[in-house]
Amino acid sequence: MSKVHVQTTINGDQVEFLCVPQQTMLEALRDVLGKLGTKEGCGTGDCGACTIMLDGRLVCSCLMLAAEAEGQELTTIEGIAGPDGLHVLQRKFLEHAALQCGICTPGFIVAAKALLDRNPNPDEGAIRYWLAGNLCRCTGYDKIVRAVQDAAKELAYQA
Amino acid sequence: MGEFAYVAPTSVADALDVLREHANNGRRAQMLAGGTDLLVQMRGLDKAPRTIVDVKKIEEANRLDIGSDEIYIGAAIPSAALNENAALKALLPGLIEAADLIGSTQIQGRATLGGNLCNASPAADTTPAMIVNRGVCVIASGGGNRELPVEAFCTGVGVNALADGEFLLGLKFPHPAARTGDAYLRFIPRTEMDIAVAGCGVSVTLDADGRCVDAAVGIGAVAPTPLKVEAAAEALIGTKVDDDALAAAGAACTAAASPITDKRGTVEYRRKVVAVLCRRTGAIARDRALGAS
Ligand SMILES: Cc1cc2nc3c(=O)[nH]c(=O)nc-3n(C[C@H](O)[C@H](O)[C@H](O)COP(=O)(O)OP(=O)(O)OC[C@H]3O[C@@H](n4cnc5c(N)ncnc54)[C@H](O)[C@@H]3O)c2cc1C
Ligand code: FES
Ligand code: FES
Repeated sequence: MSKVHVQTTINGDQVEFLCVPQQTMLEALRDVLGKLGTKEGCGTGDCGACTIMLDGRLVCSCLMLAAEAEGQELTTIEGIAGPDGLHVLQRKFLEHAALQCGICTPGFIVAAKALLDRNPNPDEGAIRYWLAGNLCRCTGYDKIVRAVQDAAKELAYQA
Repeated sequence: MGEFAYVAPTSVADALDVLREHANNGRRAQMLAGGTDLLVQMRGLDKAPRTIVDVKKIEEANRLDIGSDEIYIGAAIPSAALNENAALKALLPGLIEAADLIGSTQIQGRATLGGNLCNASPAADTTPAMIVNRGVCVIASGGGNRELPVEAFCTGVGVNALADGEFLLGLKFPHPAARTGDAYLRFIPRTEMDIAVAGCGVSVTLDADGRCVDAAVGIGAVAPTPLKVEAAAEALIGTKVDDDALAAAGAACTAAASPITDKRGTVEYRRKVVAVLCRRTGAIARDRALGAS
C-alpha cells in the first residue's frame, strides 16, 4: 500500500510523518506520532474523547483522515499546558475532581479551551451546549461544568 | 488491499479528471467533505477500497458570496463557519438553524451542507431548509456546470442525482424578497445529538398587509427522501398564516408523508408530528417575516 507523506504543524512544531490513506488523524497521533493524550472512545464522532483543534476549529480526530493534516495547524491536549505548567482549565479539573477514569478529560479540556477563547464568560447553558459532544461516563458532568466556570473566572481575573 | 488512495485536487478541472479517470477504469472514487458521514461509513460497513477525493481544497467549493440577487454557499464550508457569518444568518435564519442542529460543536467544525445533501439521508436536517429557500445545486460536470433544484437531488435513501464523474460544487439561493421569513424545526427524543423523527422547514413571504404571497414547505424523515410539499404551500398562500391556514398546511404535510416505523417512531406518530412541526415552524417563519418588514 502506498503511503502518504504528510507535513503539518502540531502544537506549534513542524511535523512530518507517513500514513496510509485510510488512517485517521487519531490513529496517526497515537500509533505513528506517539501522542497518546488524545483518546478514542467511540470512533464514530459521538463521544468527543478524540477532540483536537484543526485550523482554529474543534473537530473529532477519529473522523478526519491523517492525510488531511497536510499544511494545516493542529492543537492536541499536549499543546494546552504552557511553559509554566498546567493550563488553568487543567488545574481546575484537578481541583474540582472533574475527572475519574480520565478518558474523556483531554477532549473536554481541548473543547473547553476553545469555548473560553471565543467566549470568556459563558453561562452554564452555553457550557453545556458547547460540550454536548463530549461524553463522560464517570463524573455526571456537574463537576466538569463547575471547573470550566471556575477557570473562566480565574482567566477573567488574570486578564 | 492496496487500493486506497487520497487525493486533494486544487481545481474543478483536476477533480473532474480524477473522477473521469476512475470511471473509465471501473474504479471507485468518492468525494470527501467533512467526513462526518463518510468516515463513519468507512469504519463501519463500507470498507471497500476506493480513492478519496477531498473537495476542500477547491476554491469554488469554499466560496461564500452574498449578492443582491443570489447567495452562493460552497459545498465544502463547515457549518460552524456558516453559523459565524452574521449576514448569512440574518438572511437565511432557518437554514442556519438547521445546520446548527447537526451533531456537536466538533461535528459542526467539519460537517457541510454539501455532505448533508449528497449523503441523501431521509433525515438530513438541512435539506428541507434548503428546499424551502429555493436552493439550487451547482454540479460540476464534464460538460461544464449544471444546475438542479435541491428537491430533485435526492432520488432515494442514500442515492442522489449525481452521475459518475460529477460532484457538487455549491448551492445557490435567491436573495430573499422583502418580508420573507424562514424557519426549520425537527423533533428528536433528546435535546441534542440525535437524528430527526420528523423535520419541517417553512418559508413565507408576506405583503404589506401581512398576507402571504409566496410560501414553500419542506419535510424530512417522513419519506425516503426529503420532500417539497406544494399543497402545504398553497394552503398558506393568500392567508395571514393564521392558525387555520397553518392547520391546513400541517394536514397537507401529513398527507404527503410516507414514513416508516423504526426505533425512533411509528408511521402514525411521524405523520402526526410532521403536522405539529409544520404549524410551529410556519408560525416562526411568519413572525420573522413580520419582523423583517
Ligand atoms: C455524531 C454525529 C451526529 C450527527 N447529527 C446529525 C444531525 O443531527 N442531522 C443530520 O442531518 N446529520 C447528522 N449527522 C450526519 C453528518 O454530520 C451530516 O450529514 C453532515 O452534514 C455531512 O457532511 P460532511 O461534510 O461531513 O459529509 P461527508 O461525510 O464528507 O460526505 C457525506 C457524503 O456525501 C458525499 N459528498 C460530500 N461532499 C460532496 C460533494 N461536494 N460532491 C459530491 N459528493 C459529496 C460523500 O462522498 C459522502 O457520500 C451526524 C453525524 C455524526 C457523526
Ligand atoms: S473517538 Fe472520536 S468522537 Fe468518540
Ligand atoms: S472521567 Fe471517565 S469518562 Fe469522564
